[in-house]
Amino acid sequence: MDEAAVSIEPLEAEAPPPPPPRRIAYRHRLPTRLWHWLNALTVFVMLMSGLMIFNAHPHLYWGQYGANFDHPWLSFHGRPVPGWATIPSSYNLAAARRWHLAFAWLLVVPLILFLVTSILNRHAPRDLAPTRDEIRPSHVWHDIREHARLRFPTGDAALRYNVLQKLSYVAVIFLLLPLMILTGLAMSPAMDAAWPWLLDLFAGRQSARSIHFICAMLLLAFIVVHLVMVVLAGPLNEIGSMITGRFRVPPERRRP
Amino acid sequence: MISRRRFIASGASGLLLGGCDRLNRSPEFRGVLRSAEKLTMNTQRLVSPRDALAREYGEGDMSPVFRSNGTSMPGTPEYARHLAENFANWRLQVDGLVARPLSIPLATLRSIPHRVQITRHDCVEGWSAIGKWHGLELSRILDAAGLSTRARYIVFHCADRFGDKPYYESIDLIDAFHPQTIIAWGMNGHLLPVPNGAPLRLRVERQLGYKSAKYVQRIQAVESLAGIYGGKGGYWEDNVDYEWYAGI
Repeated sequence: MDEAAVSIEPLEAEAPPPPPPRRIAYRHRLPTRLWHWLNALTVFVMLMSGLMIFNAHPHLYWGQYGANFDHPWLSFHGRPVPGWATIPSSYNLAAARRWHLAFAWLLVVPLILFLVTSILNRHAPRDLAPTRDEIRPSHVWHDIREHARLRFPTGDAALRYNVLQKLSYVAVIFLLLPLMILTGLAMSPAMDAAWPWLLDLFAGRQSARSIHFICAMLLLAFIVVHLVMVVLAGPLNEIGSMITGRFRVPPERRRP
Repeated sequence: MISRRRFIASGASGLLLGGCDRLNRSPEFRGVLRSAEKLTMNTQRLVSPRDALAREYGEGDMSPVFRSNGTSMPGTPEYARHLAENFANWRLQVDGLVARPLSIPLATLRSIPHRVQITRHDCVEGWSAIGKWHGLELSRILDAAGLSTRARYIVFHCADRFGDKPYYESIDLIDAFHPQTIIAWGMNGHLLPVPNGAPLRLRVERQLGYKSAKYVQRIQAVESLAGIYGGKGGYWEDNVDYEWYAGI
């Protein structure tokens, strides 16, 4: 662009620019949408029934063993988790276990299917893995600042996950959820006999129980941030796109 | 006055929770949840060799204090008499679908060569304790009694009561013949203390603690659990809907 062109721009800008055409893009494929909503249900049931199970013995330990006479690293009195946050809402360990161990199957089997297919169909390496460019500290810092100022990506950039999304989704799908499942299995006396490496991996059943709890709290934190982001980024368009797959692309922001 | 946001939030939470509680009361839904128990058991058995051993620990890994849970002193006059006699007349009865019903004196059980195992006790509530158990393999007792080919479950009848209901438990033959399934008479180098099930208790090392029945008096081999008390195979199973398969 040469000097002359720049100098005449204000003249042209007097007339309002034509509104950009409404662009609808296909953003989420069916398996992603199905898995998302199944997980939305399953994770809530797992968290709330898990918190009821936690109420049965609200003390956490490191190591192979841990009970009332041993030293906990986290300990509460009574039944610390209130009824509005548990399934069922009044104390019932047996029922909470029924919910937890049944819905665990809905977490495990679809997760394995998703991991396998998303690697085979290149969804994970193409859409979820951050590029070398994106994980430069300066780029990550830039994205954090943009998020903090609530300036979300527009145009084509809104059709891709940004680096903060990628990092959190990769952490949840490839780290937190598998850790939840493996630590859950490590608490099973039958699985410890079948797969003794579970006990070695987590340095004991009570350590596995502690990691299970910590990962659950990290998942809860992810859900809270995720929901806040959906609300801030435009809940109707965001939720709609996760239902229909179609996303109304926010028009390109003009550089200031 | 509550804000609109708070009203909506509590309404949503109430709807969700009310829904879950209502589902929890529905027999059909509980049936669906309960079917997961069978799925879990079959899957765990599929990936687990029949004789896969629970981890055995070293002396240094043992819990300094092995807490007890459930009954700590069976309150019946009969048990009080046995305790006063130092269990001299306690016998283990073996009956049901066996060729030779037995009544084994405690002294005999203690005098035969036995197994010692340091294992982890995992309570359904979440805690674990590691202790050393001394006892006789259940398989040897069942072999001595000559188990019928019709037998599918082994039921353990106990001396303790919850209210007016006797404690009992049951396992299938895979766990009954597992090498670590023992009738223990000793713990941590001593005779079993009363809170931990004196004079005899079961150890089922691949399942949660409530399966390891304490104060065992009678072992019964059966074809089906249906006719026994509530029919679900154990005191907790009958009364509060704990899983019969407690491998997880």
